[in-house]
Amino acid sequence: MDVILFLAFAAIAVVCAVNVVVQTHPISSALSLVGVMGALAMLYLSLGAEFIAMAQVIVYAGAIMVLFIFVIMLLNAGAEVKRGKSLAAQLLGVPVFFGLLSLLSFAVLRLFPHAATVHLGGFTGGSARDVGHALFTRYLLPFEVTSLLILIAIIGAVVLAMKEMD
Amino acid sequence: MTGVPVSWYLILSAVLFVLGVAGFLFRRNIITLFMSIELMLNAVNLSFVTFSYEHKQVDGHLFTFFVMVVAAAEAAVGLAIILTVFKNRNTLNVDDVNSMKL
Amino acid sequence: MNYYLLTVIKASVLAAILMTTLAYLQWIERKVIAHIQARIGPSRVGPHGLLQPLADVIKLITKEDLLPPYVNKFFYLLAPFLAVTMALLSISVIPFGGEVEIGGQTTWMQMADLNIGVLFILAVSSLGVYGIALAGWASNNKYSLLGGLRSSAQLISYELPLSLAVAAPLLLANTLSLREIVQAQGGFYFGILPRWHIFQGPMPQFFSFVIFLIAGFAETNRVPFDLPEAETELVAGFHTEYSSMKFAAFFMAEYANMITVASMTTILFLGGWMPLFPVGLGSNYVASALLAFAGAICLYHGLHPARRLDRITLPVFAVLFFGLAAVLLIPAVVSIFMPVFWFCAKTGFLLFVFIWIRGTLPRFRYDQLMNFAWKFLFPAAVLNLLVTGLMVALFS
Repeated sequence: MDVILFLAFAAIAVVCAVNVVVQTHPISSALSLVGVMGALAMLYLSLGAEFIAMAQVIVYAGAIMVLFIFVIMLLNAGAEVKRGKSLAAQLLGVPVFFGLLSLLSFAVLRLFPHAATVHLGGFTGGSARDVGHALFTRYLLPFEVTSLLILIAIIGAVVLAMKEMD
Repeated sequence: MTGVPVSWYLILSAVLFVLGVAGFLFRRNIITLFMSIELMLNAVNLSFVTFSYEHKQVDGHLFTFFVMVVAAAEAAVGLAIILTVFKNRNTLNVDDVNSMKL
Repeated sequence: MNYYLLTVIKASVLAAILMTTLAYLQWIERKVIAHIQARIGPSRVGPHGLLQPLADVIKLITKEDLLPPYVNKFFYLLAPFLAVTMALLSISVIPFGGEVEIGGQTTWMQMADLNIGVLFILAVSSLGVYGIALAGWASNNKYSLLGGLRSSAQLISYELPLSLAVAAPLLLANTLSLREIVQAQGGFYFGILPRWHIFQGPMPQFFSFVIFLIAGFAETNRVPFDLPEAETELVAGFHTEYSSMKFAAFFMAEYANMITVASMTTILFLGGWMPLFPVGLGSNYVASALLAFAGAICLYHGLHPARRLDRITLPVFAVLFFGLAAVLLIPAVVSIFMPVFWFCAKTGFLLFVFIWIRGTLPRFRYDQLMNFAWKFLFPAAVLNLLVTGLMVALFS
C-alpha cells in the first residue's frame, strides 16, 4: 500500500516537473509546478509530516504560486519563442542530465545504505504541536529573524512596484 | 515489502533537483527560471523531511518551514523585480537583458 | 464492519444529502430574497416553487454546452473542475454530530477526522482561488480576465484576516482537530449558559466571530463583496463565457463554499453540535416542539382555509408534522438526531444571515473592498489575536 502510494505520487511529481521544464507557455509551467507541490504534500503526509504538508499547500501552492500566476497574467507573457538551438546542447543535454542524475543517485545510495523503510505511521512527531514546540523553544532566533525577513520583503516589494510619485 | 525504502525518497528528491537545474540552465523566460528555482527548493524540502523521518526528529521539519518562508520572501521580491524589468525593457527573455543601458 | 465499507457508506450519505441541500439552498435563497423585496419568488413549478431546483437542473443539463473557439481549451475545462472539487472537498472534514453506532462499529458523524482539520480547510480554500483565476484567464475575454484577477486578489487578501480569526479560538481549544474543537465547547456555565467559544472565558470570541463572518462573506464572493461577479459591473465576471454544466459547477462551488463557511463558523464559535441549553432542561425536545408547533399552525389554518384545496392538504401536513414530532421522541432516534439538529439549526441560521445580508446591503466598490481588508480587517484580526493570546496566557 505504501509502495503504491509512493509510486503514484512520485510519478505525478516527476511528470509535472518535466512539464515545468518542457512547456513553452509560463502558465502551463506554473500549473505543473502546483501539481508538483501537491504531489510533494502527499509525500510529506506519508512521511508523517502533517504540519509541513498543510503548510506546503497553504503557503507554497496557495499563496506563492498564486502570486506567480498573477504576475504571468498581468504581464500577459506569451509562449516563449525558441531561438538558436545549439547542436551541442541538443546532443549533450539528455545524456548529461542522465549522467548527473545517476551520479547523484549513486552517491545517495552509497552514502546512506540504510534499511529504514517509510510506512504510514512510522513517525508521529510531526504534528503541529511538536513543530510549534520546537519552533518556539530551540528555533526561536531563526523564527524572529525570518519574521524580520518577511517584513523586509514586504517593504521591498511595495517600493519596487510603487508608481513614481512625481 | 511493508514500506518504501528511504533511499527512494532521496532519489526522487535528486530527480526533481536535477530537473530544476535543467530548467534553470536551458530556459530563457525569466519567470520559468524562477519556477525552476522553486522546483529546486521543493526538492531540497523533500530531502529535509525524509532525513527527519529517518532520524525520528522534528528538526528537519523546522528547516523545511524556514525554507518555505525564505522562498515566499524571495518570490515576492523577485517578482517585483521582474515586473520592474518588464516595465523598463518590455521583454521577458533573459538573453535580451544583457546590458546595463536600457 | 469493515472500515472501508463504513467510509463508503458515510461518503454516499453525505454526498446525497449535500447535493440535495445545495439544490434547495438555492430555492431558499430565492424565496427569502423575494420576500425581503416584497414579492413571492418561485411559485409556479410545484407547490410554493419546491420543484424549481429540479427545473433548474433540467435546464442546466439540457442547455447548449458551448465551447467557444477562442478559449484556451485545457484551462477552460479545468477551471470549473478545480472550483467544484475544492469546494466539495472541504465538507469532508466537517463533524455533523456525535458518536453513532453503525453495524456494530462506533464512529463519529464525520467523514474524515483529521487531526489537522482546520489547516486542511484553510489549504483547500487557498486552492479554490485557482479555479477562479484560471476561469478568468482561459476565457480570453477582457471582462473575464479583470473579473478573475479582481476576484483572486480579493480572495487572497481576505484569507489573512480569515486565518487570524480562526487562530483565536484555537488558542482556547488547544487543538486543530474539528471534532475536538467541538468537544472543547461542551458543558455549561452556571448550568444555563453554553460554553461555546463565543461565550467562553477567559476571552469570549465575539470579535473573532464577526471578523470570521466578514472574511467568510468575502471568501465566498457574496454580497457585499461580490463585485467580481456582479452582472451590472463586469458582465458576469469570471464566468461570463461559461454555459450549462460548467456554469452550474461554479454555481455549486459558490453554494458549497457558503455551506463550508457557515459550518466552520458554527464549529469554531457556536459550539458545533452542542445544545443551546442542558439536556436536563429539556433540550432534547426542541425539535419535537418545533414540529408540533408547525403541525398546530397547519391544523389551525386547515380549519379556516383560504382555498378549497387547503381543506385537504393542510390537515395532511399537520398529521405529517405531528407524526414526525412523535418519531423524534423515541430515545434511540433522539441520541443520533439531536446533535445533527443543533448543528443544522445553527448552520441554517448562519446561511439565513448570508441570504438576509444579500437582500439588504449594497455592494462595495473594489478599492473600498481592498482598503477594508488591508487597512481595517487585517489589523483588527491581529489585535484580536494578540488580546486573546494575552488573556489566555494570563488566566489559564
